[in-house]
Amino acid sequence: MSHDHSLNPETMPHDPEKATLEGKNKFIGFWFFLGGETVLFASLFGTYLALHNSTAGGPSGQDLFGLELVFVMTVLLLTSSLTSVYAIYHMKNNDFKKMALWFVITIILGFGFVGCEIYEFTHYITEYGFSFRSSAFGSAFYALLGFHGGHVTFGLFWAIVLLIRNAKRGLNLYNAPKFYIWSLYWHFIDVVWVFIFTVVYLMGKVG
Amino acid sequence: MTENTGSKLDSFQKKKNKEEMQQQLISFALMIVFTILAFVVVITGMDKMIAIPILITLAVVQVGFQFYYFMHMKHEGHEMAAVMIYGGVWAALLTLAGLTVITWW
Amino acid sequence: MSIAATQKRGFGAVLWDYLTTVDHKKIAHLYLFGGGLFFLIGGIEAMLIRIQLIKPDNDFLSAGLYNEMITMHGTTMIFLAAMPLIFAIMNAVLPLQIGARDVAFPFLNSLGFWLFMFGGILLNCSWFLGGAPDAGWTGYAPLSTTSPGHGVDFYVMGLQIAGAGTLIGGINFLVTVVNMRAPGMTYMRMPLFTWASFIASVLILFAFPALTVGLFLLMFDRMFGTAFFDVSLGGNTIIWEHLFWIFGHPEVYILILPLFGVFSDVFSTFAKKRLFGYTAMVFATMLIAFLGFMVWAHHMFTVGLGPVANSIFSIATMAIAVPTGIKIFNWLATLWGGNITINSTMLWSLAFIPSFTIGGMTGVMVATVAADYQYHDSYFVVAHFHYVIVGGTIFGIFAALHYWWPKMFGRILNEKLGKLTFWTFFIGFHLTFFIQHFLGLMGMPRRYWVFHSGDHLDTGNLISTIGAFLMAFAVIVFVINAIVSARGEKAPADPWDGRTLEWATASPPAHYNFKQTPLVRGLDPLWVEKAEGKAEMTPAEPLGDIHMPNNSFLPFLFSLGLFVAGFGFIYQTDNKAWLAVLIGGMAFSLAMMVIRSMKDDLGHHITKEELEREAD
Repeated sequence: MSHDHSLNPETMPHDPEKATLEGKNKFIGFWFFLGGETVLFASLFGTYLALHNSTAGGPSGQDLFGLELVFVMTVLLLTSSLTSVYAIYHMKNNDFKKMALWFVITIILGFGFVGCEIYEFTHYITEYGFSFRSSAFGSAFYALLGFHGGHVTFGLFWAIVLLIRNAKRGLNLYNAPKFYIWSLYWHFIDVVWVFIFTVVYLMGKVG
Repeated sequence: MTENTGSKLDSFQKKKNKEEMQQQLISFALMIVFTILAFVVVITGMDKMIAIPILITLAVVQVGFQFYYFMHMKHEGHEMAAVMIYGGVWAALLTLAGLTVITWW
Repeated sequence: MSIAATQKRGFGAVLWDYLTTVDHKKIAHLYLFGGGLFFLIGGIEAMLIRIQLIKPDNDFLSAGLYNEMITMHGTTMIFLAAMPLIFAIMNAVLPLQIGARDVAFPFLNSLGFWLFMFGGILLNCSWFLGGAPDAGWTGYAPLSTTSPGHGVDFYVMGLQIAGAGTLIGGINFLVTVVNMRAPGMTYMRMPLFTWASFIASVLILFAFPALTVGLFLLMFDRMFGTAFFDVSLGGNTIIWEHLFWIFGHPEVYILILPLFGVFSDVFSTFAKKRLFGYTAMVFATMLIAFLGFMVWAHHMFTVGLGPVANSIFSIATMAIAVPTGIKIFNWLATLWGGNITINSTMLWSLAFIPSFTIGGMTGVMVATVAADYQYHDSYFVVAHFHYVIVGGTIFGIFAALHYWWPKMFGRILNEKLGKLTFWTFFIGFHLTFFIQHFLGLMGMPRRYWVFHSGDHLDTGNLISTIGAFLMAFAVIVFVINAIVSARGEKAPADPWDGRTLEWATASPPAHYNFKQTPLVRGLDPLWVEKAEGKAEMTPAEPLGDIHMPNNSFLPFLFSLGLFVAGFGFIYQTDNKAWLAVLIGGMAFSLAMMVIRSMKDDLGHHITKEELEREAD
């Protein structure tokens, strides 16, 4: 039994992320974690829904939200979800270089999203004086968006650390599960965003 | 540790991966379409009672694509994962119901 | 690594071993030590409360200190005593029961413990730094948002850190059960304790995130000026109550379900019978967990949710009595006609049935909405939840400790001292809490620091306090027992003629648990082998190299970073210079994460030759 996990086309299993017991554990454990995250975000969404009309005389969602920017952000994050699918596709075909390339594209799109979000928040604060201290609505809005944005930012740095660590040695059965669960995390962030743009922005505009 | 009995990356597997990639591309296209639809619903200024159910339905379908296609939940070996996600969704729905229906003022 | 070898090493080496260990059996010792320590602290707080209430108009504690005492007693007992003691038992037993060599995530297991420990220490630092939290263990806003000083800040940060540890522990046990079962150990062959721990872990997974968010909102309201609970800016305090109880009600099932599992294993072992209605027991446990998620608002009947919501939650609550009743009758049926051995373990388990049933019946009483308007916030409720938590959880923990002590430490607890502990605790418990039902019905409200001499509550409270002293005596006897037993009778591998896999390996087990993974051929696998006249399990694999994880100091350091950052969060409201501490602590923890990510941890192998040598 050797410690050499590096892969070549001869030794590549179907699902490199689940080929070892450690990989299987990471895989299933991360799914369970996402189950818990569902409740975490539901609590934040619930808080937002309970407070979204409590503007205390300050600006409301209808005054603030601009759909153009939200649409751009949505497309950025959705596309980054697809590019991470491409990355995993190349991982399954044991092509580290292409996988890394698609990861880099995903990261760039992710930074684009974070940039838009930072612009959006500064815009609200400078133009409307709308901060998380303005009203209960403000608190709930920034809590929900901030938790999501924090998840995105954490995910970006996580991906960068993964890429740097494994840049030289390529794909093996030790790091394949790590890349795979990162992609699960990234898709989950997108899932949360789908609900954010629906519940916060679109439903906020409808009233 | 590298068990590779009959699981080599052969052309068959590569083809399967490719077919799956096509499915994922189609789901991505549909997701973009749904997103545009959702924005159009809001821009046309549809009545709230109709718009909100449509928006939520579109979101749920999109999320279904994410889970089942992008995150491969339709594949074998995801049974426990699905149990915990649906468990989480159930707890999430209860939480949302509590915080929207029986929280007032 | 035998116990003799451990004793020869110096104190420093042992300490370092425990600080870095990822072995589930040693982490169980740590949880037992940490949880036991906080159990004693929480017990002292309880004694101070009872001394204050020994006579009318007492001035033993000031009103403010009394508030701190009740808050810390509740918080400590739930989060820092009961939970970690349950985790101690799970860690010690669960991997053995499914025939695993370790848990799924040994590193995270250690991280979970250290997060709990540092969270608990942070919370208790408040005693020395200007006063403990004083808004009740439920921390209702706006009382908690407006409470002066830093007490509630310590509550928020301490629970946030400890809660993260609990969530990690829960996921670890879930994956362990799903992926690490020995060959032949199907789900429906798992011992009831494993099943119950699995289901409790599901509850942890779905309940703790709600607490995380609740604490987060409270933290931001107190420290950064947000307005979640600030009514003048449109905030809503009901949100806290919902989030707290969406977590809090599943939490009480997290506290009881694993002990239901303990009793199931204990009864079948000491009645020498298969558990009656195994399948029904499993599904009843699931049903309790499922229903347990849908009843949180029964803590909020008097908030004014309206008759429809109140009725729904009332009926859902009463429905839980059905699966619980199934379990009670199955335990009785297991005992029926069995060849029963009575020892300390069995005494705790037998006493649990009537004690818990009383708590269950008062539970149905308080679930009746109209009546609850009378019971609410009275001593009746105090009596109810102490009957279920002490009569269920604490009795269960004592039963489990007496039962598995040989497996955890290789020594059998002294039976005479064990019985003394049991009888004094049992009598003291009923003396303390039974009378409180009547005190509550007579109108004594909960959380008041004095009652007056004309209230006719004197005798009842005096009896209650006497009972509390008996319980304190019992706990001291138990501690003495644990110390004395360290030199006591050495335990054989299978001291109770057990039925499940943990008794198929040495007491205490080698750090790889099983030299060869056992083959499971039925429910109660060891009993199946015994019935066929075999002394030990059939191995499922030839003797070979064993892969084990490496020790790591990172979990300790990571938790330490968050501990330091906690102080930064708390004190940056006074002086912005503390932001440096906050950022420094967080950065340190983040750096530990990066190190963990950058450094491959492939574990080590114990070779076949070493294993063969150890056998001699």
